[in-house]
Amino acid sequence: MFERIRHMLVKEFIQILRDPRMRYFIFVPPIIQLFIFGYAATMDVRHIATAVYDLDNSVASRELVGRFVGSGYFDIFEHVDTNERATELMNRSLVRVILRFDAGFQSSLLAGQSAPVQLIVDGTDSNTAGVVLQYGTKIAQQFSKDRFTERLARTLGVTPASPGLTIQTRTWFNENLESRSFYIPGLIAIIVMLTTLTLTSMAVVREKEIGTMEQVMVTPIRPAEFILGKTVPSATIGIIDMIIIAVIAVLWFGIPIRGSYLLLLFATGLYLMTSLGFGLLISTACQTQQQALMITFFFFFPAVLLSGFMFPIQNMPRIVQWITCVNPLRYFMVIIRGIFLKGIGIDILWPQMLALFLIGVATLFLATKRLHKTLA
Amino acid sequence: MKFRRFRAIARKEFIHIFRDPLSLGMAVAIPMLLLVLFGYALTLDVDNVGMIVWDQDETPTSRNFISRFGGSRYFNIRGYAQNYRDVVRALDTRNAMSALVIPRGFEGQIGAEQPASVQLFFDGTDANTATLALGYAEAVASEFSIEVLTRQLKMVDGRHMVLPLDVRPRVWFNAELESKNFIVPGLIAIIMMIISALLTSLTIAREWERGTMEQLISTPVKSSELILGKLLPYFAVGMFDVLLAVLMGEFLFNVPLRGSVVLLFIMAGIFIPGVLALGMLVSILTKSQLMASQMAMVLTFVPAMLLSGFVFPISNMPKVIQFVTYLIPARYYVAIQKGIYLKGIGLRYLAGDAILLVAFGMVIIFLAIIKFKKTLN
Repeated sequence: MFERIRHMLVKEFIQILRDPRMRYFIFVPPIIQLFIFGYAATMDVRHIATAVYDLDNSVASRELVGRFVGSGYFDIFEHVDTNERATELMNRSLVRVILRFDAGFQSSLLAGQSAPVQLIVDGTDSNTAGVVLQYGTKIAQQFSKDRFTERLARTLGVTPASPGLTIQTRTWFNENLESRSFYIPGLIAIIVMLTTLTLTSMAVVREKEIGTMEQVMVTPIRPAEFILGKTVPSATIGIIDMIIIAVIAVLWFGIPIRGSYLLLLFATGLYLMTSLGFGLLISTACQTQQQALMITFFFFFPAVLLSGFMFPIQNMPRIVQWITCVNPLRYFMVIIRGIFLKGIGIDILWPQMLALFLIGVATLFLATKRLHKTLA
Repeated sequence: MKFRRFRAIARKEFIHIFRDPLSLGMAVAIPMLLLVLFGYALTLDVDNVGMIVWDQDETPTSRNFISRFGGSRYFNIRGYAQNYRDVVRALDTRNAMSALVIPRGFEGQIGAEQPASVQLFFDGTDANTATLALGYAEAVASEFSIEVLTRQLKMVDGRHMVLPLDVRPRVWFNAELESKNFIVPGLIAIIMMIISALLTSLTIAREWERGTMEQLISTPVKSSELILGKLLPYFAVGMFDVLLAVLMGEFLFNVPLRGSVVLLFIMAGIFIPGVLALGMLVSILTKSQLMASQMAMVLTFVPAMLLSGFVFPISNMPKVIQFVTYLIPARYYVAIQKGIYLKGIGLRYLAGDAILLVAFGMVIIFLAIIKFKKTLN
């Protein structure tokens, strides 16, 4: 039996690594991907291009504009004089915000009335828009508060003793609220799955399409041995890819691994099991490589989008939340972020690990069973 | 290039596609299923952020303050903690994303007009959600604060005072800030990019692997006729997908389509050939279905999702990466889709993106034609 597995493994390794392009292809793209996407995946909103439409052009309006610029969140792109120009800039997506003062802003401010200021935000990207709105209103409110206490001091001669309520916020696990720390561990999980899944999803169907499956059928090899021979090379590649890109994440991007390295490696093993299981299941079910590629895409795309990588799972409809229960990426996303950022251990992560284990065993079992029909 | 030979290749390819109904069905059904699934499932709207409360004060004022969080749609109180350990546990196990701690003497301080403070802990793992939730929390607190302040002033002065600044936020293009409205048009672009490239990425490699390429080589067909002939049927499939997707956006998701429908299809018509040709080029260069599938996935999948501006705004990326995004056709198409759907803008604003898309398509088709060699080995 070991003899047969050994031969099978040798054959598989040769087959994958024979093509020199393939050798590069397995290791280079994951690294490039991490570099590019590591920089691209950020939702941190800074330097928001802003147009100022100031019909008042007074000391007060300029002061408020100064506060917007001084906050570091807003960059003035242009001072506009007409409504048309402001609209044009928004339509061309050159600015995201228009800060508009009507004439009489300063005088109503001085007269102790409420002075209106408009904050017009491009809502196309609702998420960024929400953040921009918050920053903007916060700056304006602070300005308002300062003027208020000034006014009180002037009219009443007192400064109010109580500045009211202060709220002290403290963020855990990702102190600077950098979205990069959040996305990069997830990205690692996606890249590893992409490489291993596409590799294994072609593994069996290729032999069927080329016709070499018939040759395998006449050998005494058993389905389980065959599956093992198909998975071990991909698993090895997956582990090596994982280690390389994790090292880059730590050394280049400065993402901390606060938890145990060993646990991370162990969890990666479980995760690869599921990825290979799904890949082989696809491969045994399809007749042509074209079909296998389409099904792989059909599996992988939802797996990524419904993993909590970009879109929070708790906001999805109930039914979809149930669907995500069979998504291995969902569990690994929690594990890898937990180990990287929170430094939590198996005492908290065991349900996710158990889920990965069960999914892995189930898919590999099903793949072996389907193969029985072909081989036996 | 002879039209007759081009037509023959196109006919052959149509027959190939229709003879494999499973693949054809997948080419149509998969994009639609994905759109349905994601159109419903994906939202970046932050509401119901789980919160755990540790109320050390336990007075009417503290409860009043807490109820303002529970009452807002952004927060959802998941439970009450009795000690610090409960708070840590809740955040560690992700039962709650935020924790509100009200210190003893809160009511006393508010009543005595002293500065009071509460603590709010956030799980910052998801920086995006945390930033938004933090903003909401600050808004709740500042509203409470202003109420307290004006109440105190009334006691001192007897007059009602107005706040100096009246901030009027207004949102254009997507007034309710619904993430669905930008996710669905973007998603159509992403799905079309990936599915188109995948569709063609195996066509040439398959002929090499199966040996039918040798038969093609022996015919007088030219490289350009072969490439364009193979593109045409997939172009038809792609446009059909777009048609279905637009119909779904309209009737299923009620995404506002403010611009011209005709323009929407014209833009799809110049986007799809480029990405189809990209898949074809991959197929020509690799000659093996295994390599081609790997390469097509790597070239389209993650770039289309992360570098197109679909979710991650391009303007926030480092300059170098912004240059890289110019190589991703989905970048232009996502901008066009959002522009036509939400802003309702026309060719006057979109011409730049459209020209770059056409240029991309022409370059890739040209590359595919010259890279394809009608020789064995």
